[in-house]
Amino acid sequence: MIDRRKALELLARKITDEIVVATYSSASDWIEISDRALNYYSSGAMGLASSHGLGLALARPERRVVVLDGDGSLLMNLGTLVTIGRVAPKNFTHLVFQNGTYEANGGHPIPNPEADFEGHARAAQIASAFTVSDIESFERKIDWFLSAPGPVFGCVKVEQGPLGPRSYKDMYKAERRAALRAALTRAD
Amino acid sequence: MTTTAAALTLRGATIIEQMKKARVSHVLSVPDLHTSHGLLAPIAQDPDFQLIRVCKEDECLGIAAGLTYGDKRAAILVQYTGFLYAMNAIRGVACEQKLPIVLMIGLLGKEPGTPPAESRRFGVRIVEPILDVLGIPHVCIETDDDAPAISAMFDDAWRESRPRAILIGGRPEARA
Repeated sequence: MIDRRKALELLARKITDEIVVATYSSASDWIEISDRALNYYSSGAMGLASSHGLGLALARPERRVVVLDGDGSLLMNLGTLVTIGRVAPKNFTHLVFQNGTYEANGGHPIPNPEADFEGHARAAQIASAFTVSDIESFERKIDWFLSAPGPVFGCVKVEQGPLGPRSYKDMYKAERRAALRAALTRAD
Repeated sequence: MTTTAAALTLRGATIIEQMKKARVSHVLSVPDLHTSHGLLAPIAQDPDFQLIRVCKEDECLGIAAGLTYGDKRAAILVQYTGFLYAMNAIRGVACEQKLPIVLMIGLLGKEPGTPPAESRRFGVRIVEPILDVLGIPHVCIETDDDAPAISAMFDDAWRESRPRAILIGGRPEARA
């Protein structure tokens, strides 16, 4: 099993101009590791991080979009894999951190902690799909999943992190969304 | 065609013309029997739109939100049941983030010429009150004569950066 925070620290070293869409526990870690204008915090409704990411990928085809999702979150919007598999954006990477629990909601187990998310992605015709459960394998994959033609799906098996409540107040500020818009506008 | 029938005509082509006038580039949809033949089918064949077929209506809110970061105008075309299903995403994404997201909501089963609030169908009757509670301005398109409000609602949504709803009250016809 992987320490999610360590995995995100490795990822942060490789991130340059990608838009990173993060949600819940992954977002709480990510904002502490890599606080940047090109971050997008999925808020408003649990489960929609990958849908926000899909919209961003279509809006900004010149730029890679990396979604940091959770297993409980993905289960609230499992159909998204079918939609993404069909739309097939080339600039889209979807990482799901599987710890088998609703970490942000008290640590209760998801309905089936052993669910095969890579299998779900492949069944949705996302051919570039993988699962990793040790940090070395994750590190070896980073360059590839940031550059391979998308959609790319990765299931990263992680230990349960700190249980909530963690504050999302700062990451959900309107100023952060405005900063992302400004950063994208400057790049145009 | 009788005068009464002509007065109640709503053509899909008229709605599409308005969507193009409003510079809609993406249509996000779950099929709705009310708009299936007269509106969604021609949209699917129209190269001016990228149609994204989603599995559940709340996906549309996330995708539409992301698209705003490239100034891409999306229309969310769903049935009123899908609108009701997606309520939390509408609240949290469109309303609370103050985004220019436009819902086009098919009122399946609404009686022709009858205001939604007076429909015999409970589900249809509650749509406008719910939109009012959410603070989402809305119009109901019953005939071709109402259609200019469609592009106006999109422009208004983008000017104000707030969600809007267009209720498709009449059943769009496929003929040009």
